[in-house]
Amino acid sequence: MADHSGMVEKRGFGLWMTHLGLIIGLLFVFFPIWLALVASTVTQADIMDPPMPLLPGEHFFENYRKALVSGINAPVAWMMVNSMIMALGIAFGKIVISLLSAFAIVYFRFPGRRTFFWLIFLTLMLPVEVRIVPTYEVVAGFGMLNSYSGLIFPLIASATATFLFRQFFMTVPDELAEAARVDGASPMQFFRDILLPMSRTNIAALFVILFIYGWNQYLWPLLITTDPSMNTIVMGIKQMFPSGDDFADWPVIMATSILAMIPPVIVVVGMQRLFIRGLVDSEK
Amino acid sequence: MATVKLDSLKKSFGKTEVIHGVDIDIKDGEFIVIVGPSGCGKSTLLRMVAGLETVTSGEVQIGGAVVNDREPMDRDIAMVFQNYALYPHMSVFDNMAYGLKIAGTPKADIIERVDTAAKLLQLQPYLKRRPRELSGGQRQRVAMGRAIVRKPSVFLFDEPLSNLDAKLRVQMRLEIKQLQRRLGVTSLYVTHDQVEAMTLADRMIVMNGGVADQIGAPLEVYANPATEFVAGFIGSPPTNFVNADLAGIRNGEAAKLGVRPEHLTVLPTGSGRLEARVMYTEALGAETLVHLELADGAMITARRSATEASAPEGTEVGLDWQDRDEMLFDHTGKRC
Repeated sequence: MADHSGMVEKRGFGLWMTHLGLIIGLLFVFFPIWLALVASTVTQADIMDPPMPLLPGEHFFENYRKALVSGINAPVAWMMVNSMIMALGIAFGKIVISLLSAFAIVYFRFPGRRTFFWLIFLTLMLPVEVRIVPTYEVVAGFGMLNSYSGLIFPLIASATATFLFRQFFMTVPDELAEAARVDGASPMQFFRDILLPMSRTNIAALFVILFIYGWNQYLWPLLITTDPSMNTIVMGIKQMFPSGDDFADWPVIMATSILAMIPPVIVVVGMQRLFIRGLVDSEK
Repeated sequence: MATVKLDSLKKSFGKTEVIHGVDIDIKDGEFIVIVGPSGCGKSTLLRMVAGLETVTSGEVQIGGAVVNDREPMDRDIAMVFQNYALYPHMSVFDNMAYGLKIAGTPKADIIERVDTAAKLLQLQPYLKRRPRELSGGQRQRVAMGRAIVRKPSVFLFDEPLSNLDAKLRVQMRLEIKQLQRRLGVTSLYVTHDQVEAMTLADRMIVMNGGVADQIGAPLEVYANPATEFVAGFIGSPPTNFVNADLAGIRNGEAAKLGVRPEHLTVLPTGSGRLEARVMYTEALGAETLVHLELADGAMITARRSATEASAPEGTEVGLDWQDRDEMLFDHTGKRC
């Protein structure tokens, strides 16, 4: 308390410096996004004519309508639907599967329990890219190319989420499971009525992470969707780039980029409160 | 309401046997306290009755039927856990109603039963709250409410008061006793606190290393302990043990003499049966504890009324006791 005034003085100056640093950093990161936004509101000619404009033009509705309705290979609205189905499918699928497998691993004694846990844990070390050729082979063999199930199923098992729920379930006191048993709850009733509501903040946090993971998938959809109507938006942007000397419709491509950013932003902002609570405390 | 019978009940974890055969017949409505130090198997015993641990050998009977292989909910029991084990995301009402809901009790019936229990436990103002918004004592009551609403024939308590502070513990102890009297439900209560055991029990089981050393009414166990362990565990301060030779006891088998602190009289040096030196005294108000050292270095305690003038620290005194207060134990610790 003695050097309180000194601290305030120092904080006043420091506060300005921190803010200045943060603002510069923010502008630095934000500038490319700003450029994309600007490029999506002007005409092709404006972009091609240096210097590129730094303030938005008047063709916002025109460019976005063109992107959403016709796009270049496929309408962007349709690609967004594909992306949405894939991201939601992956997020929900991963959460359901990992909740159930963590429940099995933590609460049941069955032969090979440890083996299964370590097997799941091992797959953490194998990202999609490493196993992509055999996975492609399997998916092609099942005839799931150019389908939603082909987009979703190979990415649906999640060691990370299983591990996270396992750790969470292990912090739930054993007495709770015993009390439920004395109350006459079956294992699945215990899971549904007690474990599930207790994990809801964890589920929310995981949903945000997994939705973005699914939405941003690039390599896998690029491999297995050859039909433009099955393209997802993130890979679709790349597909819009011209090959060779073709003419690139930059305003539409930039509009697509901006559109691709919107759903993840909505999910993060909308679930921010739950997301942070899920990462910070487990509400016990 | 039911009788409970344990018939040479044993439990092993792997190759280690932790309960070496416990037998007891519990009468309908009786309050039984299982007491012992930590690791003596008292909680395991209770969990076997609850059905949360499998029975290695022997039988558990509730209401005359063998329940060894029944699930906890089919045993007609209710359990109160040490850390209460309340469902954190449910309101007090839902916590109490959960078991009934699963059993498919009609809604009106659930509301009525929970309300009755809440009235009994003075929980009515808190029915809508979550467990974390309650104090320790209130959580304890909710845990009991959850047991009561199911109208079981046996209550099982697993150290229910050990998470409460001392004052609340005394209050809740009385409440549990009153509640059990009022409902007349057969109860098994596990504790490591011998005061709880003495005050609550109709009969108590003193466990030591997986064996029921003694089963009996509290005062009888206190006055007439069957083993050296029971004599030392029940009563505070504990029974004094004096080497039989030093005490001048020539009774073949006897290795040790036990005398309760309140039965020792402190006399001037040269008189009485034993010489001792006063190490220090603790004046507690109503009584004074005199800690003494014997010739062989053993420490013993005498409990004297505060009105009695106590010998100053460091002085030599004589100790005396009545023949009827002598408890002789052989070298295995058994009474002889």
